[in-house]
Amino acid sequence: MADKRVLVWTEVAGDAPHPLSLELLTAARELGTAEAALFCDSPSNCVDTLGQHGASTVHLCNDGVFAGFVAEPHVATLAKLVSENPPDLILFPSTFPARDVMARLAGTLQSGVIANATAVSFDGDSLIATVGYGADNEASVTLDDQPPLLVQVRRKAYAAEEVGGSAEVNEIPAVTPDSGNRVQVVETVQEETEGMNLEDASVIVSGGRGLGKPENFKLVEDLAAQLNAAVGASRAIVDAGWVPYSYQVGQTGKTVKPSVYVAAGISGAIQHVAGMGNSQHVIAINNDPEAPIFEMADLGIVGDALTILPKLTERVQSEK
Amino acid sequence: MKVLVCAKFIPDPNLPMTVDQGSKRLVRDPAQSILDPGDEFGIEAALKLVETHGGEVVSVTMGPDSADAGIRRAMAMGVERSIHITDPALEGSDALTTANVLANVVREEQPDVIICATESTDAYTGMVPGAMAGILDMPQLTFVRSIDVNGSTVKAQRDIENGYQTVTAALPVLITVTASIAEPRYPSFKGMMQAKKKPIDTRDIAAIGLSADAAGEAGARERVTDMRTVEIQKQTRLIEDDGSGDSVDEIVAYLKQVQAI
Repeated sequence: MADKRVLVWTEVAGDAPHPLSLELLTAARELGTAEAALFCDSPSNCVDTLGQHGASTVHLCNDGVFAGFVAEPHVATLAKLVSENPPDLILFPSTFPARDVMARLAGTLQSGVIANATAVSFDGDSLIATVGYGADNEASVTLDDQPPLLVQVRRKAYAAEEVGGSAEVNEIPAVTPDSGNRVQVVETVQEETEGMNLEDASVIVSGGRGLGKPENFKLVEDLAAQLNAAVGASRAIVDAGWVPYSYQVGQTGKTVKPSVYVAAGISGAIQHVAGMGNSQHVIAINNDPEAPIFEMADLGIVGDALTILPKLTERVQSEK
Repeated sequence: MKVLVCAKFIPDPNLPMTVDQGSKRLVRDPAQSILDPGDEFGIEAALKLVETHGGEVVSVTMGPDSADAGIRRAMAMGVERSIHITDPALEGSDALTTANVLANVVREEQPDVIICATESTDAYTGMVPGAMAGILDMPQLTFVRSIDVNGSTVKAQRDIENGYQTVTAALPVLITVTASIAEPRYPSFKGMMQAKKKPIDTRDIAAIGLSADAAGEAGARERVTDMRTVEIQKQTRLIEDDGSGDSVDEIVAYLKQVQAI
């Protein structure tokens, strides 16, 4: 059934294609012909990289309007591209900009959407996506619509593969939205994050709302330092501004698969479990014995993280 | 200034999620459902805008009759009136249908600012706000953590992957907010009493110009065909810490066992 045209929406991270879009090229190749849509203001070597990951064509729009991310010109340009010659499917990675573009495109084209897919396949012409519901349910979801079908795929659902090859380039002009470019970027600020990369770490210590207040997050960082671990967080405390978004583990944050995951003061809402459920060994510390995180845990401690964390840090230090 | 906030009534996210194996839908027990905590941030942001610039905050909810309980909470926080789209035909609606329903209300209300949460706390797809903006051809400012309206222009700070971005746009605009925007106020007793008397404008799909074949299960492009329980093989060893922190011994032993120390 390798006969579908699958377009992967790609953003640029630094001077390379976003790694999550490279993951999706693997899915696209499994389903048929992989293509990429790359709208940016400096494509650098991205076209080569996309080709090496299996894109047969890169639809390239190189325009200054894409210097700072704004959804409207992306959607206007993409809508024109896919209306003229609709691919069977467009895959979007689990990034903020991809969500913005996919959602707006869905409204613009009146297309149905599937978000948070962990697998995508076709049964004849019917698309079937796997979507997780809660910690212990998964659904098969179909999308019955005119092409292009729009699906957002979760992180690490597919592994990026360098298969060699080079992509043909289809250069397209930027399309100005009918109502003009109404959103202007005034300033973009990159915030440096300290410590180890969550996605590469073999040990992760994460904290959540159960820590009580922002100052207590230091207890998580202290333990992580002793365990040579990366530091993670639940959405609740990222949203509340305790720590930057780059710390967030979960459905709308990072997906991690460490050897050991320590969850302190995290209740284990679906949002969080979706990002860490595949960790090999899970230790959970929470004062609510009913907290769903304990269902995921190998070792569960019903107790006060604020008492246990400093003692644990001290003991780990003395064991070294 | 008129601010329209979207408010959803969802199963309490602190309770385990259950799926009805027959209908393959999320079990929505009204007695264990609440106003989406994510929407409280949007309501707070809307109330602050109106406190600064004058005007009114109107909420819109699509959901069953029982969602009134969530709407009253929004009103107790300070929302002045609400529009509640409820119709049995809407059951099983997908994100696009929901966005079309809400967009119809926006067209009628003509707000200056629409505020939504970045995503609901039950389905987490985050698709409805952006789809609404696309349907309405309105600028969308997403993942916003601060809003500053000056005349007919809005300036906002929005989260990006490794930092933030400051953007400006002309009103009307659709904004999705994160929890950094403002701590939601707790409804006062007076607010709760006043909420009981505030008007809820309840409408069925005919009243907002949606046909039955475009609504609910019938109109959905996205359909769940199968729902399975994924076995969790974990054998959890649960230990109660008596407050002394003695459970640390167990944790250290486990960390050694899995070679993390």
